[in-house]
Amino acid sequence: MKSESPASSTKRLVTKLLFAVVGMFAFGFALVPLYDVICDITGLNGKTSGRYEMAAETEPVPVSDREITVQFLAQNSAGMDWAFGPNEAQVTVRPGEVKVVSYKARNPNDFVMTGQAIPSVAPNEAAQYLKKLECFCFAEQELQPGEEVDMAIRFFVDENIPEKITKLTLSYSLHDITDYEVAVEGIAAR
Amino acid sequence: MSAAHDDHHHGPAKGFTRWLYTTNHKDIGSMYLWFSFAMFLLGGTFAMVIRAELFQPGLQLVDPNFFNQMTTMHGLIMVFGAVMPAFVGLANWMIPMMIGAPDMALPRMNNWSFWILPFAFAMLSATLFMEAGAPNFGWTFYAPLSTTYAPETVTFFIFAVHIMGASSIMGSINIIATILNMRAPGMTLMKMPLFVWTWLITAYLLIAVMPVLAGVVTMMLFDIHFGTSFFNAAGGGDPVLFQHVFWFFGHPEVYIMILPAFGIVSAIIPTFARKRLFGYDSMVYATASIAFLSFIVWAHHMFTVGMPIAGELFFMYATMLIAVPTGVKVFNWVATMFRGSMTFETPMLFAIAFVVLFTMGGFTGLMLAITPADFQYHDTYFVVAHFHYVLVPGAVFSIMAATYYWLPKWTGHMYDETLGKLHFWLSFIGVNILFFPQHFLGLAGMPRRIPDYALQFADFNWISSIGGFLFGASQLILLVVVIKCVKGGKKATAQVWEGAQGLEWTVDSPAPYHTFATPPDPKLIHAQ
Repeated sequence: MKSESPASSTKRLVTKLLFAVVGMFAFGFALVPLYDVICDITGLNGKTSGRYEMAAETEPVPVSDREITVQFLAQNSAGMDWAFGPNEAQVTVRPGEVKVVSYKARNPNDFVMTGQAIPSVAPNEAAQYLKKLECFCFAEQELQPGEEVDMAIRFFVDENIPEKITKLTLSYSLHDITDYEVAVEGIAAR
Repeated sequence: MSAAHDDHHHGPAKGFTRWLYTTNHKDIGSMYLWFSFAMFLLGGTFAMVIRAELFQPGLQLVDPNFFNQMTTMHGLIMVFGAVMPAFVGLANWMIPMMIGAPDMALPRMNNWSFWILPFAFAMLSATLFMEAGAPNFGWTFYAPLSTTYAPETVTFFIFAVHIMGASSIMGSINIIATILNMRAPGMTLMKMPLFVWTWLITAYLLIAVMPVLAGVVTMMLFDIHFGTSFFNAAGGGDPVLFQHVFWFFGHPEVYIMILPAFGIVSAIIPTFARKRLFGYDSMVYATASIAFLSFIVWAHHMFTVGMPIAGELFFMYATMLIAVPTGVKVFNWVATMFRGSMTFETPMLFAIAFVVLFTMGGFTGLMLAITPADFQYHDTYFVVAHFHYVLVPGAVFSIMAATYYWLPKWTGHMYDETLGKLHFWLSFIGVNILFFPQHFLGLAGMPRRIPDYALQFADFNWISSIGGFLFGASQLILLVVVIKCVKGGKKATAQVWEGAQGLEWTVDSPAPYHTFATPPDPKLIHAQ
C-alpha cells in the first residue's frame, strides 16, 4: 500500500485529536499548581510565602535605615463570628529587623470551633518581601467556648524591597473550618 | 417491493426514527439548526423577562433571585444552546457540500454529538422547576458564587456543561477530520471557501478550550461535593484562580462564536457584490492570527482583580493587537463591495449590517481593552452593550444571513423576500434601540446583573426595553419565513443567486439526500 486509505488516516487523525483533548483537560488542572507556583515566585495576588527558614544561628539584623510601615488588618469571612483583630494597627520596621506582633481572637459561642486565617498583602508586589518566621496562619486555631487567645506573627521585611514601597498592609481573613471533612494540611505551609 | 427497498437506500427513512438514527450530514445539520432556533426562542424569552423587569425602576415582576436566574440562564442558553449549535448545524450542512465530500468523516459520532445536546439542555432547564431554583450566579459562574453560595441545582448545571462540552468536542473532531481528509481531488487548502477555513480554525479552538471548561466545572464539582479547595480560600485555594481558568476557556470561546460568522459573511458579500472576495489569503491568515491571539488575552476580563502593572500592560496591548487582523477583515469586506454590482437581498442586508454593527462592537471592545478605562467600565452596562453588539448583530445576524442565503438550497424553494426584508429591518432597528442606549447606561455607571436601578437610568432602560420587545417579536417572522419556505414557494434553481460561486451551488435545489457520492469534476473547483 503506497498511499494510506482515507479510513485509516481519519483514524490516526482522530487519535491525535483525542490526545489533544485529554492533554488540554490535564492542562486545565495543571493550571492550578502552575498558578500557585507563579504566585509564589512573583508574589502576584498578594500571597505570602510559607515559613521562612533562616540559615542556622543567624538572626536577621537591620541592614538599612529605611523605615517601612506595616499595617495590620483583619476580617471575618461569611459565617465566622469570632472577635478577631490585630493588637496594634501598625508598626514601623527597618528592612531586616525582626518584629513580633499579635492578633487577638475570641470564640464567643458555646461550642468548640476551628478557624483558619488566610493572609494577603497589599500592594501585591510587596508580598514576596514579607518574610514570616512564625505565624498563627501556619496552623489551624481551635478555640474552646469563650476562649480568647493572642496569636503571634514573627516577621521581617526583606532588604531587597523596592524603594517605592514605603507602606504595606498585611490582612488576614478568618474562615470557619470546623466542619471541614478534609484536613487542611496544604495551607499550614502558608 | 424492490422499489421500497431502493427508497431505503437512496432516500431518508420514514418516521421519527429517521431523525433518531440518522447519520446523514444534512439531517443532522437540520436538527442542529432547529434545536438552535428553539433555544434561541427560549433564551429570548428569558431576555424578555429581564427587559420587562427593567422596563421601569423598582421591583415589578420578579424577585431579585429569579432575575439572577434569568440572566444566568439567558447567557448559558444563548451561548451554548443557540449560537454554538447553529454554527455546528451550518457546518454539518455546508462543509461536506463545499468541499465535495459525500458526508462527514465520522457520521455515527455526528449523530451522537447532536443527540446528547437536548438532554444537556433539558437537564439545565429543568432546574427552573426545582425548589432551589436555576443557577443564579451569572453565565460566567465565578466561584465562590457558584460553589460555596450556589443553589443545590448547581450539580445539574455542571453535568449539563460536561455534556455540552462533550458534544462540542466530538463535533469539532468530526469537522477537522472531514476538512483534512475528505476534500474532493483538486480542493486544496487555499481553495477552500472561507467558511470552511474559519470552521477549521474554530474547531481547533474548541478542542483546545472545551476540555479546560470541563476541567473547571469538574474542580467546582469536587469543591462542592468532595471537600477539595480549588477555589475556596479557607482551604488554601483561590477564587481568582477560577477566573483565570474560566477566562482561559472564555476568551477563545468568544472567537469560537465569531470566526464562523466571518466565514459566512465572506461567502455572502462576494455573491451579492458579484465580485471575488478581496484578499482571500489575508483573510485566512487574519483568522489564524485572531485564533492565536485569543489565547493570550484572557486576563483583560479581570483587570480589576488586582494585577501587577506589567500584567495589565501586557494584556492591554495583546488585546489591542487583535484589532489589526480584525481590521484586515473589515477592510477586505468593504473592498469586496467597492465598485461591485451590489443587490440587496435579505442575506446581503444581514451581512452588511453585520459588518457595520460588528465593527461598532469591536470598537467598544477596544475601549474596554484600555486598562485604566476598564476600571470605570468593568461590570457596567457598557460591557453588556459591547458583547451584545458583537454577539447579536454580529454572530446572530450572520446566522440569519446564512439561513436566508442557503435556505433555497436546503428547501428547494425561494423564501418570501418581502417578509425577509421586513424581518431584517425590524431586527436592525430593534437591535439598535435595544443595545445602543445601554452604552450610555454603562458610561453613566449602571451596573450589570441588577433587577432594579437608580432613577436617573429610567429613560434609557425604558427605550432599551421597547427595542427589546420589538427585536424579540420580530424573530417570529423568521420562523414564519422558514416554515413557508419549507412548505412551498417559487422553485429555486441550482445556483439560486446570480453571483454565487462554489460547489454547493452546483448540486440541485433542494440538495439531494446524498451529494458528491462521486467527487465533483475538479474543473468546477475555482480559487476563491
